[in-house]
Amino acid sequence: MAAVQETVDRVKSVDVDAYKYGFVSDIESEKAPKGLNEDIVRFISAKKNEPEWLTQWRLEAYRLWLTMREPDWARVDYPKIDFQDIYYYSAPKSTPGPKNLDEVDPELLRIYEKLGIPLREQEVLAGVQERRVAVDAVFDSVSVATTFKAELAKAGVIFCPISEAVHTHPELVKKYLGSVVPVSDNYYAALNSAVFSDGSFVYIPPGVRCPMELSTYFRINEQNTGQFERTLIIADKGSYVSYLEGCTAPKRDENQLHAAVVELVTHDDAEIKYSTVQNWYPGDADGKGGIYNFVTKRGDCRGDRSKISWTQVETGSAITWKYPSCILRGDESRGEFYSIAISNGRQQVDSGTKMIHLGKNTTSRIISKGISAGHSNNTYRGQVLAQKRATNARNFTNCDSLLIGETCGAHTIPYIEAKNASAVFEHEATTSKISEDQLFYCMQRGLSAEEATALIVNGFVRDVLQQLPMEFAVEAQKLISISLEGSVG
Amino acid sequence: MIEIRNLHAEIDGKQIINGLSLTVQNGEVAAIMGPNGSGKSTLSYVISGRDGYEVTGGEILLNGENILEMNAAERAAHGVFLAFQYPLEIPGVTTMTFLKACLNAQRKSRGEAELSTPDFMKRVKAGAEKLGVPQDMLRRALNVGFSGGEKKRMEVLQMSLLEPSFAILDETDSGLDIDALRIVSEGVNALRDPKRSFLVITHYQRLLDYIVPDTVHVMSKGQIVKTGPKELALELEANGYRDYVGEAA
Repeated sequence: MAAVQETVDRVKSVDVDAYKYGFVSDIESEKAPKGLNEDIVRFISAKKNEPEWLTQWRLEAYRLWLTMREPDWARVDYPKIDFQDIYYYSAPKSTPGPKNLDEVDPELLRIYEKLGIPLREQEVLAGVQERRVAVDAVFDSVSVATTFKAELAKAGVIFCPISEAVHTHPELVKKYLGSVVPVSDNYYAALNSAVFSDGSFVYIPPGVRCPMELSTYFRINEQNTGQFERTLIIADKGSYVSYLEGCTAPKRDENQLHAAVVELVTHDDAEIKYSTVQNWYPGDADGKGGIYNFVTKRGDCRGDRSKISWTQVETGSAITWKYPSCILRGDESRGEFYSIAISNGRQQVDSGTKMIHLGKNTTSRIISKGISAGHSNNTYRGQVLAQKRATNARNFTNCDSLLIGETCGAHTIPYIEAKNASAVFEHEATTSKISEDQLFYCMQRGLSAEEATALIVNGFVRDVLQQLPMEFAVEAQKLISISLEGSVG
Repeated sequence: MIEIRNLHAEIDGKQIINGLSLTVQNGEVAAIMGPNGSGKSTLSYVISGRDGYEVTGGEILLNGENILEMNAAERAAHGVFLAFQYPLEIPGVTTMTFLKACLNAQRKSRGEAELSTPDFMKRVKAGAEKLGVPQDMLRRALNVGFSGGEKKRMEVLQMSLLEPSFAILDETDSGLDIDALRIVSEGVNALRDPKRSFLVITHYQRLLDYIVPDTVHVMSKGQIVKTGPKELALELEANGYRDYVGEAA
């Protein structure tokens, strides 16, 4: 027992102190008054200079939200959120809309540097060997910089803040916004629709393979501020894009709300690969503070033979409530979900996916790896559904849970339904513990208890790590070590 | 050389090792035989530093240095190796990754430079070839789906890479057919070295036909009750432990 106990103690002592993104930045910001009402919604819309149709869309969402109830079916427990005690809009004051990086507050650039996010594209361009990643950085509620715009424009790719796309490509935004996650979808999606401030917009034209990885980094800085970003990615016929989002937040004693909506659309033969490395502040050892991560992510495989793949590495947030899903509408379309969810301390995770098979010969694959340590609870909740028309739908699901220590929990809740008799769904699930024997075996070969735990965990999540773009896989591996080991300060 | 002096150890408050003394010289292969429950496996865990085994008296010196204050990983870096009776599976971690992590962790602990990947590969390939371990086994997850013989061969491969000064083989013959036993034994014999000592724990004389010991100790109730030359093993095979198990206090 002692080795496990030691590891558990170690993990307990380091988990939150090791959160290296917990600094608070001194950036002046402009906020809307606290609380939410129609005036605030109009204020946000006005700040963005939005067209009337969008203001009305927001207001309708707000009115609908008022009639809805917070979902309570998830296996998470938290005090009631006072939605009137939150700032719904916060923008770094000195950046009312930078045209290029030189106009961005240097303090802000330093923050991103601290976070390890390369915004200075010339530096990246200078390094010949370096793989190029175009970045859109969202600070509190506002997008502050998008890199490589010109280069992407050459390929016909649109990658910009959604607030900008509203003006530059209104027809695309109007056509697709809310077409995957309708305003009425759920409580947080309605809230997001009313107050979303910014996020990324991506359009890949027919037949184009996006020449680089696209990436968005989200950072919550302000106190009592909610972050409600909205991401919309459209891959037109025969196109391909790989997109990655990363998230961090400072340490705050108060809980902060993050309610994002991500919508993906693939047309015939198109593919979107969407990866997330989520490392929001998880709260301290007693469960004080941390981000409430209530996110709706959904992809619509609208076209035949189209494909959407979600990969996520979730290590942060006090509470996670998210189910990146695929609607397999096109015939022979394919959905994938690869997930690593690590919970520690007092973190609560209720996450999983939905694969909704509508088209013929649609296939989906779910690989979920949950790792619980400390006093955390980690639930996989997944739905696989074949509608009547979904002849020959195929799904393979594998959910593995790994427990570290005696005080954490892992739960697997699958919902499987086939309305078409030709559907074939397979579901595998395992729960295991890092055994005393395994730890001793590794230590007898010279590994410390921490190194042994990291090695075993990395083996456990290997299938999923392999799905991440190379450079982010390394980042994710490091993140896993930090979340569980504290070997890096 | 390992010297165990008047060792007392217990687990969960139950005394298992009762004043055991034993010395294995450099270059010596010592066998420990004894009935079930005599404390043989416990001894191997106490020497290698497994958590939960509390030493209540005595000392263990490895090349003159007391190792009792060290944890299992530190003892490994100082040259203690235990070939497990039931090697553990580590899913998702390739054998190659595991070997490299262990070797470099030990080197780091001793203040030596880590091995470069090409150097490491060279060593593994050479070692694997000697033991007839196929290359594809090195790319598979450690011990996952390995046969009993493959697992034991992997233990010997690890031993050959980590180059311990003192190795314990815990019932290495269990679960092996004659062919596998021969291959594993040849692997061990190839590692016999004037600077290395071995402690071979076994129930049966059979293993000692292949790994011929210099000394045979009989263990009973947590003590060494009889020490003799290799012929002692044959005598035990013929007469059982009856003559010795009564001798311990």
